[in-house]
Amino acid sequence: MSAMIEIRDLAKRFGANVVLDGITLDIAKGESLVVIGGSGTGKSVLLKSVLGLIKPERGSISVAGRKVAGHDPVIMDKIGMLFQGGALFDSLPVWQNVAFRLLQGKRRMPRADARALAIEKLARVGLGAEVADQFPAELSGGMQKRVGLARAIAATPEIIFFDEPTTGLDPIMAGVINTLIREIVVELGVTAVTITHDMSSVRAIADTVAMIHGGKLRWHGKVAAIDNSGDAYLDQFIHGRATGPIEAVR
Amino acid sequence: MQAITLFHGFLASIGRSVLALFTSIGRLVLFAGQALAALPRPPFYSREFGQQLLRIGYFSLPVVGLTALFTGAALALQIFAGGGRLNAESVVPSIVAIGMVRELGPVLGGLMVAGRVAAAIAAEMGTMRVTEQIDALTTLSADPMKYLVAPRLLAATLVMPVLVLIGDVIGILGGFLVAVYRLGFNPGAYVTNTIDFLEVGDVTSGLIKASVFGFIVALMGCYHGYNSGRGALGVGQATTNAVVSASILILASNYLLTELLFPT
Repeated sequence: MSAMIEIRDLAKRFGANVVLDGITLDIAKGESLVVIGGSGTGKSVLLKSVLGLIKPERGSISVAGRKVAGHDPVIMDKIGMLFQGGALFDSLPVWQNVAFRLLQGKRRMPRADARALAIEKLARVGLGAEVADQFPAELSGGMQKRVGLARAIAATPEIIFFDEPTTGLDPIMAGVINTLIREIVVELGVTAVTITHDMSSVRAIADTVAMIHGGKLRWHGKVAAIDNSGDAYLDQFIHGRATGPIEAVR
Repeated sequence: MQAITLFHGFLASIGRSVLALFTSIGRLVLFAGQALAALPRPPFYSREFGQQLLRIGYFSLPVVGLTALFTGAALALQIFAGGGRLNAESVVPSIVAIGMVRELGPVLGGLMVAGRVAAAIAAEMGTMRVTEQIDALTTLSADPMKYLVAPRLLAATLVMPVLVLIGDVIGILGGFLVAVYRLGFNPGAYVTNTIDFLEVGDVTSGLIKASVFGFIVALMGCYHGYNSGRGALGVGQATTNAVVSASILILASNYLLTELLFPT
């Protein structure tokens, strides 16, 4: 199967701080990859590099056979993204946030149709039509995540990125969001890349897991294999141990 | 030896400051170039443009109007008092008019709008940067330069002359009210003097200045907000930098424009 996302020898540094150091990774069409690693290990930089928001120093990335070189509307049309904090537009009501892509550009549709589609997507993530005219600031954190998820799927993307989808949520709401993400990924048949520290998310969402440590790809394999990987770094991370090869600053 | 080391350190710090200054200017020029290049290319966000016309223009009317009213009133008192030394009290209508239209209307209007609008734009865009809303725009296939920056630049450049024109009228009215009700001028003669003395060039020069000031205000707000640092501190610094740089650039460009528009 050809890779939907190909990352080759990717390297990025900020000043003297080497964040990514030669990452090579293939993500197949329809695969749900979860990228794990400690804070500051370059997971978000990897994601932003794939999106073309950050320019790497070395290496190449291609998405659906198209090389990433900065902001590329053709690639962006294939992508949906759930941001860590939701990144909903404060000045727009919920339905316009969800239907943002359908209100302008190539996919523009009549406002009434876009609103109907937004309400349909909100229903898919468990939110009622009464939320449509509220503003993001009026919603709880969990509801904002759901709206972000509805926005990510509104234009039926081929690839969805999830950046720390359960950060800031209580365990029950985190479980609800994990289940929703898994359902949507399977239902739409999309390629999904999730960044998280949350091991319950890893087990709920992932087909495959990649661990980044020290700017390098430390481990990559099936989610079923993470408990018996034989890798001391991965083992320490998934069990949350303070002692081991990964230095924990105390 | 120590003196030489200190001198080298002093020179190095000057060099670093100069390099930083040129880097900032280069970044600003590139940003302005990208924003201007985004203006004529579709898609055009007419809804955003309309909202900015309202926010920058309509909602700035009270502050610009009040500033002009009190400035015109104070100007009338000052010119009456100063003119009295030369037995030239009759110049009050003409000097109030020319002072407001050529200089005080655009400059004070520009500074007031800089305080209100540049701060608001920088705070809004800085918050959008910090909360990843600008990144979200990119992932939703909307170019932030076209969606955020271009409508603000265009709206501020177009609406500022209208604001200043209204401010000019209100400022002259302030002078008229003080002159007539406080200083005993004849209302009809005051209006006739004002109209007879003012030339079209006086008004258009003020409006050209206003347009440039509007562009500066929006550019500084967008530039500092778009490149805001992280957290509340970053947004706060972006807001302060936007207001300070817009104000200084307005005053500096006012001098240059006056040299250009009224060559001696």
